[in-house]
Amino acid sequence: MGLMLRLKKKFGFILRLFFKKDRMRIGIYGPPNAGKTTLANRILRDWTGDIMGSATEIPHETRRARLREGVKIEVDGKSLMLDIVDTPGLATKIDFHDFMKFGLSEEEAKRRAKEATEGVIEAIKWLDDLDGILLVMDAAEDPFTQVNVTIVGNIEARRLPLLIVANKIDLPNASPARIKSAFPQHPVVPISALKGLNIDSLYKSIAERFG
Amino acid sequence: MEMEGVQLNLISKDKLDKMPSMEKLRMILENVKEGIIVVLESGLTPEEEAKLIELTMLEIDHDKFIGIEVETYPQKEKSFFSKLFGKKGGRLTVIGPANRLKTLQKQDDLITALVQFG
Repeated sequence: MGLMLRLKKKFGFILRLFFKKDRMRIGIYGPPNAGKTTLANRILRDWTGDIMGSATEIPHETRRARLREGVKIEVDGKSLMLDIVDTPGLATKIDFHDFMKFGLSEEEAKRRAKEATEGVIEAIKWLDDLDGILLVMDAAEDPFTQVNVTIVGNIEARRLPLLIVANKIDLPNASPARIKSAFPQHPVVPISALKGLNIDSLYKSIAERFG
Repeated sequence: MEMEGVQLNLISKDKLDKMPSMEKLRMILENVKEGIIVVLESGLTPEEEAKLIELTMLEIDHDKFIGIEVETYPQKEKSFFSKLFGKKGGRLTVIGPANRLKTLQKQDDLITALVQFG
């Protein structure tokens, strides 16, 4: 790793304290199927009238990072300019058989798996070019996964501001409290990106955390 | 009679401390690809964990190797000065092939996992 990159990782947070950017580049991270693209679409629809990309129930639907620049968010009279990066889901394993359960042919499933592995690498590379992270977790799932632990550890090591989004609170077994107790050192905002529940509270937290 | 089972490699903190990151990660991945469960006394740093995921993605071949399962505890909060200048070390970590090692339950200080015989 280059010296400059190591210095940026270690001491970049000090620079950020003194030189506030007028435009923050925010990465949306999380495991597959946590609702990252649904959240990106919700934010873009609310503030630009556009969407980021398609979201489906098949894991690893997003296999290339997507960047949308110049998203202006206005909260309590203050405005915030964001560049939003919707990243592919992070995983430690990718088995093409999992995709065949959704009706994909073996050839399609293998191609999707190959693209998904490339997407994971791309998502990790993006960590070095961001000013803040929205970490999306499925509130109905166990938050103590290795992917979540690794993402949080890397964000802490880079001293990047982090906001954990406890998504899918519309599901009956959702428990944002479980996420809060797993990562008590970081703010957690419970939402449903799909139904739009508590979204205003998320925008307020984004303005506080990244503004 | 030869005993059947799953091989475990328990690697000490002393050995891990002497190894450069890439050598450590290569060793882990080579072991895991052979079906060995690797136990690291002192674990990996978050950066090493991310690098291990990257290397794993490059090695996935969809037929013989589908990835890894990693079991580790979350990092403990450290003091301001150790955060600023110290190298953040990991905690006890178990890494195995995803088709053999399965996490059953993970809490702050307790991990329950299942190892499947080959």
